[in-house]
Amino acid sequence: MAHAETPQTTRRDFLYIATGAVGAVGVAGMVWPFVAQLQPDASVLALSTTEVDLAPIAEGQIVTAQWRGKPIFIFNRAPKDVEAARAVPLKDLIDPQSDQDRVKAGHDNWLVVIGICTHLGCVPIGHQGNYDGWFCPCHGSQYDSSGRVRVGPAPLNLPVPPYTFTSDTKITIG
Amino acid sequence: MEGHSTYQPKSKVARWFESRLPLVGLVHSSAIAYPVPKNLNYFWTFGAILTLMLVVQILSGVVLAMHYTAYAPVSFARVEHIMRDVDFGWLIRYIHANGASMFFIAVYIHMFRGMYYGSYKAPREVLWILGVIIYLLMMATAFMGYVLPWGQMSYWGATVITNLFSAIPIVGETIVQWLWGGYSVGDPTLNRFFSLHYLLPFMIAGVVILHIWALHHVGQNNPDGIDVKSVAKDTVPFTPYATIKDVFAMVVFLLFFSWFIFYAPNYMGHPDNYIPANPLSTPAHIVPEWYFLPFYAILRSIPDKLGGVICMFGAIAVLAFLPWLDTSRVRSAKYRPLFRQFFWIFSIVAVGLGYLGSQPAEGGYVIASRIFTAYYFVHFLVILPLLGFIEKPKPLPASIADAVLAKNGGAGGATVVAGASAPQTKG
Ligand code: HEM
Ligand code: FES
Repeated sequence: MAHAETPQTTRRDFLYIATGAVGAVGVAGMVWPFVAQLQPDASVLALSTTEVDLAPIAEGQIVTAQWRGKPIFIFNRAPKDVEAARAVPLKDLIDPQSDQDRVKAGHDNWLVVIGICTHLGCVPIGHQGNYDGWFCPCHGSQYDSSGRVRVGPAPLNLPVPPYTFTSDTKITIG
Repeated sequence: MEGHSTYQPKSKVARWFESRLPLVGLVHSSAIAYPVPKNLNYFWTFGAILTLMLVVQILSGVVLAMHYTAYAPVSFARVEHIMRDVDFGWLIRYIHANGASMFFIAVYIHMFRGMYYGSYKAPREVLWILGVIIYLLMMATAFMGYVLPWGQMSYWGATVITNLFSAIPIVGETIVQWLWGGYSVGDPTLNRFFSLHYLLPFMIAGVVILHIWALHHVGQNNPDGIDVKSVAKDTVPFTPYATIKDVFAMVVFLLFFSWFIFYAPNYMGHPDNYIPANPLSTPAHIVPEWYFLPFYAILRSIPDKLGGVICMFGAIAVLAFLPWLDTSRVRSAKYRPLFRQFFWIFSIVAVGLGYLGSQPAEGGYVIASRIFTAYYFVHFLVILPLLGFIEKPKPLPASIADAVLAKNGGAGGATVVAGASAPQTKG
């Protein structure tokens, strides 16, 4: 009896599993388009680069440009702001990074950062807070004159976007 | 407790239909013959009020959608178009916007009612958890609805709340970009939120049906928290007793609602939402809608990003475990002298967190938020489990009928020792 039944049962099991597997692949194949459509689409990706003329930005002034829908802060720092940023020991920072690593050599007065608080995404306000930098109105984070976080809840420094100096007074972001 | 349908179709047509789809019998058994405990107070009318509010939101929302456009450059203007150009558009929008607040007022009363009278205890755990799911869906719906007028609060509220997900390690940033459909909140976000804002209320309606099904399967709790022993002595039929009481409560609630619509339509909104969304400038003081404030206070009280997010979601998730965190076998706070005091402290803490959430995150407010947040969790995770062992409950009435008679000055004061009529075993 058992001998006669065993091969039959196995064959049926195989068919069940094979059918189930094909079905699962089919379902996964159909789910993927429904998930992938959530991603940033081609028209969003197309907004790739932004050019900014630095000439009109006075010393001490912060201007806001827009790149990929995000605010970019461009800060023409006075020498005292640069000195203050470089005088801080790295171990005092929440997210340690030197000021030199956040600017382009030879253009040390120019700070270019993405103006989105690394806590929950508000736009911090310039020339406010206790560190010559930014204060976030949402939950009180503070950034220094190098855009580094000095008071939480934000965990990270304001990120530096990819950019290059195309001339002494022009940058291309992106 | 399921009232067996006593419905007898009278006409030939009704009999023909009933034998093919017993719909009228279902309505009859759940809204006419259904036995309701005699001792219910007005806190038990909020279920009906909530159902009414869901209908109000769906009707007013569907009409708004006929005049609204979800496209970032025009959405703000479209809402103003509803306000100024569409006949009675102002009325329908104010019904919908204030209706959301009324919905939450009702749901909070409904939930605190459940906590006070121990309605989450066996055998009503599933009923309670379905309620928590409805509450979550309501929050998601209201949050996405508030984004649609595309004002400053819409925009920055959406930014802060979607960014909560960026706290998730490794995949957080990707999840947020997928929620946005871009690198910041923008037109794709607005469109998908509109689509979901239309969908979720119907999912709420679905869960409400399960919620009522579960309710009618196990029967209603009541202010004395004791089981119905005799349908004849302890209950009255739903119609006319509960029906008329519910209708009366709904009318009173609608009067309250109307006062806001006609005399203070923007009282519960925020003036900054009448400024069009500006992705480059965050308002100086952003706050969510009032009904989210306690959770917002919890989020802000934790100085760590991920920790804050975990505590905020944890504060809601803990509600689902309430049936197992409360170890007392007595349901109603009426017979739990210690629990009753802690219940009121908890209520003050919850409202206090709401107040703190509306204040700027600085100085004394932050310290107070931390203390209140800690208490919120201690209440659920320490006090409730311990109380069941420490507290000596008062004697319970022998039956609902006895409780009603005793209250009305009668002498029917037969009581039994607490716990003797304890609910079914925990499970
Ligand atoms: C659970 C039920 C619902 C809740 C709690 C809710 C909540 C909200 C809230 C808070 C707003 C923002 C109001 C404002 O400040 O202007 C809103 C807007 C809107 N809702 Fe709903 N809603 C619900 C159901 C619906 C349904 C079923 C629809 C149907 C499509 C809908 C369509 C709309 C539209 C078109 C707007 C934008 C117009 C406006 O801002 O006034 N809602 N909703
Ligand atoms: S978003 Fe800046 S502190 Fe929260």
